[in-house]
Amino acid sequence: MLKYILKRLALLLPTLFGVVTLVFFMIALAPGDPARVMLGERASKEKIERLRADLGLDKPMSEQYTLYLKRVVHLDFGKSIKSGQPVMSEIRERFPATVELAFCAMIFATLLGVWIGVLSATRKNSWVDLTSMVGALFGVSMPVFWLALVMIMIFSVGLNMFPTGGRINIRYYFTPETNFYLIDTFKYLFRGKPEYFLSALHHLVLPSIALGTIPLAIIARTTRSSMLEVLTQDYIKTVRSSGIKEGRVIYRYALRNALLPVITVIGLQFGLLLSGAILTETIFAWPGIGKWLYQAISARDYPAVQGGIIIISTCFVLINLVVDILYSVINPKVRLQ
Amino acid sequence: MKKALMMLLAVLISGLVFTGCEKKASASTETTAAAAVDSKAGGTLIFARSGDSVGLDPGRETDGESFYGSTAVYDTLVEFIPGQTAVRPALAESWSFSDDGLTVTFKLRQGVKFHDGTDFNADAVVYSFARQFKKDHPDYDKGPWKYWGYMDMDNIVGDVIAVDEYTVAFKLLKKEAPFIANLAMDFASIVSPTAAAQYGEEFTNHPVGTGPFKFVSWIKDDSIVFEKNADYWGNEVYLDRLILKVIPDATARWLALQKGEVDVIDFPSPEDLAEMKSAEGIKVLQQEGLNVGYLALNCDKAPYDNKLVRQAMNYAIDRDEIVAAVYGEAGAVAKNPLPPTMWSYNDDIKAYPYDPAKAKALLAEAGYPNGFDTEIWAMPVARPYNPNGKKVAEVMQAQLAKVGVNVEIISYEWGTYLDKTDQGEHQAAMLGWTGDNGDPDNFLWVLLSEPAAIPPAGNIAFWKNAEFTELCAKAKEEMDQAKRTEYYRQAQEIFHEEAPWVPIAHSVVSVPMKDSVKGFTIYPTGKRVFTEVWIEK
Repeated sequence: MLKYILKRLALLLPTLFGVVTLVFFMIALAPGDPARVMLGERASKEKIERLRADLGLDKPMSEQYTLYLKRVVHLDFGKSIKSGQPVMSEIRERFPATVELAFCAMIFATLLGVWIGVLSATRKNSWVDLTSMVGALFGVSMPVFWLALVMIMIFSVGLNMFPTGGRINIRYYFTPETNFYLIDTFKYLFRGKPEYFLSALHHLVLPSIALGTIPLAIIARTTRSSMLEVLTQDYIKTVRSSGIKEGRVIYRYALRNALLPVITVIGLQFGLLLSGAILTETIFAWPGIGKWLYQAISARDYPAVQGGIIIISTCFVLINLVVDILYSVINPKVRLQ
Repeated sequence: MKKALMMLLAVLISGLVFTGCEKKASASTETTAAAAVDSKAGGTLIFARSGDSVGLDPGRETDGESFYGSTAVYDTLVEFIPGQTAVRPALAESWSFSDDGLTVTFKLRQGVKFHDGTDFNADAVVYSFARQFKKDHPDYDKGPWKYWGYMDMDNIVGDVIAVDEYTVAFKLLKKEAPFIANLAMDFASIVSPTAAAQYGEEFTNHPVGTGPFKFVSWIKDDSIVFEKNADYWGNEVYLDRLILKVIPDATARWLALQKGEVDVIDFPSPEDLAEMKSAEGIKVLQQEGLNVGYLALNCDKAPYDNKLVRQAMNYAIDRDEIVAAVYGEAGAVAKNPLPPTMWSYNDDIKAYPYDPAKAKALLAEAGYPNGFDTEIWAMPVARPYNPNGKKVAEVMQAQLAKVGVNVEIISYEWGTYLDKTDQGEHQAAMLGWTGDNGDPDNFLWVLLSEPAAIPPAGNIAFWKNAEFTELCAKAKEEMDQAKRTEYYRQAQEIFHEEAPWVPIAHSVVSVPMKDSVKGFTIYPTGKRVFTEVWIEK
């Protein structure tokens, strides 16, 4: 097992090198002079030249690339052109918000998705099955920003059940430490300020549902088809014939095997959420990395774009690794290959 | 799996219960506030805006969102009169020019303290400026001090000297009347030298000034909290707290205002304005922005080297239709190069009416009885002064076809577009300008003078009019504002007659807020100032 993990870790290196290189050339070869775009209408020739020199854009590309690789190896993504702050600290301030949101969205999507999938599979072609699968189709095809706005209109403005956005009641003037609000506020639960934690949780509900809807639909559909396949297999018949309760047959024997493709899907979706949260973050005023990266791209803030994409890609690759390892834990056959 | 469902239910229920709690809490604060009903003082104002500040050291930043934050904390030597582009004394009580116009001496307000308790004095003023341009200053390398460069201050200011504890002298390199207006801008804010030394690189995240609000905390991309400066040198500040909160999506900002979570919102989406104006408990303040969008006719190229053709273009383009179709609530028709909120705006000038017959007659007189073929360049990006260049070009294309002018619409990527237009590669091109310091010089000299027509040009009409340039040059050196006004009014008349542009529109700034928010003024320069704002209880 350890050998397998080490082998997979070693394979990470070329993947990450590929990512880093791709990011560099994608940005370097994009049309438009970043100095010109950044300075806009009021730029004089000297100012543009000076900025190009500051950014190192006047050097040959091969030299820029070598310098860039050297810095990335030291996890130094340079300073953001826009803010002048180190890119790493900008990411550190925002990435936890995205991870927290994506994590809650995935918990929501996984628990509900697997449950709906199992329900549909065990009652194939019943009204429950039909409704959930139509719902799932609706879920995957709905634009996230639209869903988010409709949810705010109904549940926030209309029914006054949830706040319209943000991470915590702004009037608490709460100062975070780790930027994971659920963690930061947790200790106040026992210090006479439970409202901090509750408020953080409360603010997570709508964005998690909005962000989790597409994964929810995909997980439900995958679980359903996988369960249907497993339920027809011989060993299930054997288990059933030995008189074990149906609930136990489904959850203990069938689901465990049916979960393999579902775990892959969950891993992929979680990775996608880290980068795909831009719309949800924008609508719910969620200070995460998605919107930050989007702004960096429009401002041609090269160091920020490079740093952001590399961090997100690395997480994506790591999540895939974890999924593969989980896979081998659940299904020993994988380890033998 | 049932457990999962139960958990979900639990979260939902806790949410419901919790909103109940919050409502109760707000009700109790209302009753306490009602006790102090006769006072304007007190309360928290939440201003929802579209983006976060980049940094809060105003000398280093260039974007409006950064200045929203720094304006609350900092003061300047002179300040804009609320709602106007003219300036009045602030941290400086008075100023005077020497006879040769090359020395300006400021008498400073005494007894003012920075938020860190240190004294505001001549040394603080010298520090705030010297760091931006003296290359041997220890903090010079904390820049780049971009706005100093934008405003061409290197070619205006030679030195800044503390004459005594409360007197500062600026040595100027040339006679430059707009210099005073520059000092009202955010980059000219007076910062605490003690705090700047104490925080170093982090000063941009911990602003310390003399302004109406003290900085409390900042969560990036989320919110900045300020509290009232009880020792403010000006009138009493009413708000206890000011919160600048980021809500990037325009619709989400409007929903938050409707729900009452925020008090004032920035940049509403124009489609929502009609609904906002009729919504109960909501009012919308509106004012033309300090900008202009225009179509520049390249006077170096035929047929626009002919004044009659340029005038014909002005008659043939229906600006009302363009504004109605493309800008909607977010624009107002322009007739002058200056925006209407600018002092010296010449309102006596009559806009060219939409008159295709007159346009045809002028074209015939100019030797183009059957019209001509022309390019119109359209910007690829949305700007405040022109939300959709290509759509504006299409409307023009249809209008000009009626007088026989065939338009080919051309566009490039934004950086390329700017490069090509400032080199004069176009026949006619759309562009615009947003003013900084509220001085007419900032429009007329930069966009229309002869020196500005040298590539890379700000004057992309390449219009070279000696009389116009002479008037603007005289106004630059004249310190008497009444005389300057007269020069600029004349310059606008020449502009109108010579028609190097087809002025299109000025943006209209809209600020929706709760009815209970009082004393809010829109500043033409784009500043957001909360010094005089109070909340009706």
